Amino acid sequence: MYNSQPQQLKGEAFASFREFRDRVLQGIRLGARVVSFWGYPAHDGMVILVMTLAFDKEGYLETLSIGVKGSYDSLTPCIPQVHWFEREIFEKWGVRPEGHPWLKPIRFENTHNNNQSLPSVTDFMRIDGEEIHEVAVGPVHAGIIEPGHFRFQCHGEQVFHLEISLGYQHRGVEKALIGGPDKRTIHYMETLSGDTTIGHSLAYVQAIEGLAGCSVPLRASVIRSIMLELERLANHTGDLGAMAQDVGYLPTSSYCGRLRGDFLNTTALICGNRFGRNMVRPGGVMFDIDEAMRKEIIKRLKSIFSDVRNAVSLMLDSAMVIDRFDETGTLTKEEALDLGLVGVAARACGIERDVRFDFPVGAFQFSQIPVSTYSTGDVFARAFVRWLEIQRSVEFILKQLEALPAGSINVAVPPLQKEHINVSLVEGWRGEICHSIITDQDGKISRYKIVDPSFHNWMGLAVALRGEEISDFPLCNKSFNLSYCGHDL
Amino acid sequence: MIKTLFARLKQGYRTIPFPVDSKALPERYMGRPVISVDVSEDDARKCEHVCSTGAIGKNNERFVLDLGKCLFCGECQKACSGKAVSFSRDYCLAAENKSDLLISNVKAGQARELSKKIKHIFGRSLKLRQVSAGGCNACEADINVLNTLSYDLGRFGIQFVASPRHADGMVVTGPVTKNMRLALEKTYAAIPAPKLVIAVGACAISGGPYKDHEEVNNGVNSIIPVDLYVPGCPPHPLTILDGLVKIMKKR
Repeated sequence: MYNSQPQQLKGEAFASFREFRDRVLQGIRLGARVVSFWGYPAHDGMVILVMTLAFDKEGYLETLSIGVKGSYDSLTPCIPQVHWFEREIFEKWGVRPEGHPWLKPIRFENTHNNNQSLPSVTDFMRIDGEEIHEVAVGPVHAGIIEPGHFRFQCHGEQVFHLEISLGYQHRGVEKALIGGPDKRTIHYMETLSGDTTIGHSLAYVQAIEGLAGCSVPLRASVIRSIMLELERLANHTGDLGAMAQDVGYLPTSSYCGRLRGDFLNTTALICGNRFGRNMVRPGGVMFDIDEAMRKEIIKRLKSIFSDVRNAVSLMLDSAMVIDRFDETGTLTKEEALDLGLVGVAARACGIERDVRFDFPVGAFQFSQIPVSTYSTGDVFARAFVRWLEIQRSVEFILKQLEALPAGSINVAVPPLQKEHINVSLVEGWRGEICHSIITDQDGKISRYKIVDPSFHNWMGLAVALRGEEISDFPLCNKSFNLSYCGHDL
Repeated sequence: MIKTLFARLKQGYRTIPFPVDSKALPERYMGRPVISVDVSEDDARKCEHVCSTGAIGKNNERFVLDLGKCLFCGECQKACSGKAVSFSRDYCLAAENKSDLLISNVKAGQARELSKKIKHIFGRSLKLRQVSAGGCNACEADINVLNTLSYDLGRFGIQFVASPRHADGMVVTGPVTKNMRLALEKTYAAIPAPKLVIAVGACAISGGPYKDHEEVNNGVNSIIPVDLYVPGCPPHPLTILDGLVKIMKKR
């Protein structure tokens, strides 16, 4: 299947888990990666496991499923990138992946039901020995950020191991989506990860429109892509400022703080809200860009971009900044591939992986954005890839605004196809967003699975910290800037 | 060095004045909703029907919109074609009491000056600790933005601090997930009395879109007492700033 093209629920049947596993391994050997792996309960204590493989070069997705009961042989030892997915399936449905090297909950969802522990009160991997000490950080952090728990095993200043324990933000989104779509559905999408409002709502509407067989007017598609790139611009600019702040380079930090706001205000100019709320709806978009606004956006964008260029080149020309960025929090390309990283973090390791390029839908089918990569896998690479992407996004938006297609901005959405599955991918500013919807016999949502890019990438941060000084944690963390609520759902 | 100075000149002075006229906000911005004097039964029903959080409807024979539940999505305005409800660009939304968040065709109260005793203590400076308890990072981001040079929160004597021990109060975002409840209570306990609690965003006031999920509590005041409510999803930075400044009566 292709991005956002539904298929019938009854797919290929596997005689045994072994057969399913061989098929998955074969896909991985052919260069596929796992975009999502999840489960849902069926009758008689059976749990259906659903895996979507992405063949990036072919632009093709393959969704496989198999029923299991009680336990199955863990895929993690052969395919490390599924380790977090298997933990999630174990936590949610009690299916044990036998042989998983580190089987624990990832969200501590059941805390309120059976008095399990909190994310910070659990067994962590420990290192013992002379001068080994443990540092616990969170859930409440010093800055204005979301809650999470970080447990470091240190030898002096050096971090031997970091374990990240999340779940504080769990709000029960996926469960609440069952039976929809209804009037709250879009608000869940817009607040899944508030800084990725456009990204997640786009993933949702693409999946819905695919299931409904409805095609969105070209003008709406183009406006959606403009919104998505504005979201990327605001966040990338903010991230560069935050990274400057963490190495004490205040000029760029102050300028980027303001410039991020200017991008958000441009989003608000279009839809009234700085985060792009109320903009994307199934069938199209809610607000049009008229001629006066089109000119205003072009004018603003050119002026903001000129200031961003100034602020960023100031930072990248500073030897002090480069000294801190270079060879800090390094991931090798192999590690990134093994962990299945996505987005900026993957591209900073030299991996060409970008949904806009590999699985284009909407306006990206007609106007491609080159994939921005860098090879060193360190904080510098993650900063530099962001800067490349800023330049390309600005170029893209200006190009779209030069020739905005005429026509309407929304169409009515017919009922959803029954008993189908649809997987939609969107390249949010953090990376690949994957939404999977299964419909029931009435065309209602019977299962909804969300994979935020952070779900893949948190482990990348943990591995990047190995061997680093603990004082570099804030900088490494900012260079990934992952979502807590997008992970916790 | 010389490059830094040139950059400084190019970037210019960017701190916005405050208070600003609400006309400075984008035309499509949705601020304080206004309820019409005469609302027909039909329009009232239409609004109630489309609202995803039950923020609007008949309450004791009066047609009321609860700012604390409102996500400012504008569906009600669309459903009644602006006949019953229309959103203005007024960004001043903060209120001290939950009852003041109820908007009908009678004007509601807004954040008033703090009681004399608290004002005596916090009148000139306010140090706040922020706790995100299930917030989606939109409210957090627009609180954070107050620290940028655009809003320059420090000029009002307000500062976000890294420890509850250094704080006079706490700003909470999110519906308070079950998993964050203990951390929130501990942070609150660690702030020396007297202390203020400010709930920012629909989630923190009423649970927002997550209201009645078993994984969350329906807002901050189901756990600890709240002194100021700042509605919005998320509130505009100016709305948050207005609330913070009003509570200090620094204007």
